Amino acid sequence: MKISREDVLKVAALANLELSDAEVDTYRGHLDDILTYIDKLNEVDTSGVEPLTQVVAASAGDSALREDVIVRADVITEVLQGAPDPEAPYFRVPRVIEK
Amino acid sequence: MSASATWTIPEVRAALDARKISARELVGEFYARIKQRNAELNIFLALSPERAYAQADRIDAAIAAGDALPSLAGVPVAIKDVISTHGIPTTCGSRILEGYRPPYDATAVTRLERSGAMILGKTNCDEFAMGSSNENSAYGPVRNPVAADHVPGGSSGGSAAAVAANLAVAALGTDTGGSVRQPGSFCGVTALNPSYGRVSRYGLIAYASSLDRIGTFAHSARDVATLMSVIAGRDPHDSTSASVPVPDYAAGLGRSLHGLRIGIPDDYFGEGIDPEVRKKIEAGIALLEKLGCRRVSIRMPNTEYAIAAYYIIATAEASSNLARYDGVRYGPRVPGATLIEMYQKTRGRGFGAEVKRRIVLGTYVLSAGYYDAYYLKGQKVRTLIARDFREAFEKVDAIVTPTSPVPAFRLGERTANPLQMYLADIYTVTGSLAGVPGISVPSGKTSSGLPVGLQIYGPAFGEDRVLHMAHAFEEAGGQEL
Repeated sequence: MKISREDVLKVAALANLELSDAEVDTYRGHLDDILTYIDKLNEVDTSGVEPLTQVVAASAGDSALREDVIVRADVITEVLQGAPDPEAPYFRVPRVIEK
Repeated sequence: MSASATWTIPEVRAALDARKISARELVGEFYARIKQRNAELNIFLALSPERAYAQADRIDAAIAAGDALPSLAGVPVAIKDVISTHGIPTTCGSRILEGYRPPYDATAVTRLERSGAMILGKTNCDEFAMGSSNENSAYGPVRNPVAADHVPGGSSGGSAAAVAANLAVAALGTDTGGSVRQPGSFCGVTALNPSYGRVSRYGLIAYASSLDRIGTFAHSARDVATLMSVIAGRDPHDSTSASVPVPDYAAGLGRSLHGLRIGIPDDYFGEGIDPEVRKKIEAGIALLEKLGCRRVSIRMPNTEYAIAAYYIIATAEASSNLARYDGVRYGPRVPGATLIEMYQKTRGRGFGAEVKRRIVLGTYVLSAGYYDAYYLKGQKVRTLIARDFREAFEKVDAIVTPTSPVPAFRLGERTANPLQMYLADIYTVTGSLAGVPGISVPSGKTSSGLPVGLQIYGPAFGEDRVLHMAHAFEEAGGQEL
């Protein structure tokens, strides 16, 4: 077994994800299958191989760097309209600092 | 005009030019079709009639004034629901973005409209583009217009089905591991996943950033070519968009295929491929040979590791990208006593099963002690897969494969085993990892009438080549094989 119930719970906590008991069991089984399958990669000799992090620079030679120019977006009203608990110009959240 | 007639982009233009129909009437016709079929097929999640009719009126005014029309004037298009549209609901097929209306348009959408396209609405998809069957949408699966008890493929199933059902002339989708090409194959339409960096992703809601691309669906390679010339090219809003010049793709069609070397990877025709799919792909390869292509047997030795590398990289990136859905800025919030509890409940209830599975897997492979064994290893194997492609393109001009090892399957048939569903992505994830363009073009049907897709890969930024090959294939009757 590659992954235990506790592993799933630990990872779910890292990801801020509430899972039901049934979900923990289901995902544990699925992840076990998938991680076992992924072990296939151990067959591949990657010594001396660089990791590929992104493909575009190699093919197009573009730089991600640009001038840092400030542009007004002016979307606060519109953005707050879609927020679950807005108080212009802020997003309100449950208390994070104890009195 | 028949209520189900297929319109291509040149047909729209000819009808407008001849004043046989106005742009406003054409939009009305497509909304009437959608009204008639959407309850059954579940393709559209939101419609944008105000915007489509306003655009139609601009086109009709331009026609009345005798102005020159842009290349997509009056073309009704559908947009996958992971692509931002200003003021139009954009949910990514997820409960966690229910009611969200983006405050801006994706660059691809801006460019389509600037070229005269009329945006009909947003298409259903697997939640956050995670899936191969569309069954992971929080809003119910799309049905395949060719066979309604079958899936349309995924994740861009709604966009593929919209074109196949003649509810749009063309559509935008997104492809991370095959999500444009595979539904194109399942629904029998032409579907291009362009090179990584070819189309701006500004406004595309991220799944796996090193893999995500915007692609197109249409009835022909010619229409795809016309769309690509509009949406491709450098965008200052997306630092990963390339400044490689954009050719007039449609003007490059019609040349002979004589002397082109097509690589057939031996490693792609092993176990797992449906015998009927194999037969149709062999017939497709034979047709390309008849058109003058030379068949070359090649090896892509790292193919068998592609799925494992892909699911590490994609889920790792997804776990990071999806951290932003926390009930603070958009979507519904589930209250909690503390901030963390609010996050946990909002995410636990807002995300569906497949998304949660991938977040858990992605977080696991990135977590302390596992990073080197999984994520870094996956990226190194990705280097080897990209090398397989680079070396192949030293010997051949294009690589021809099936798009999917199977035709469309029945709804519910494959949901119990996620790993089995992942394994069917084998022919598409390789190109996703390598960053190269791939087009799926209809290559006959199985005995039960399900479409088969033939995939043509070209080298990076070789869209012109795969389009011109796909066009020649279509003109020679590939669809009827």
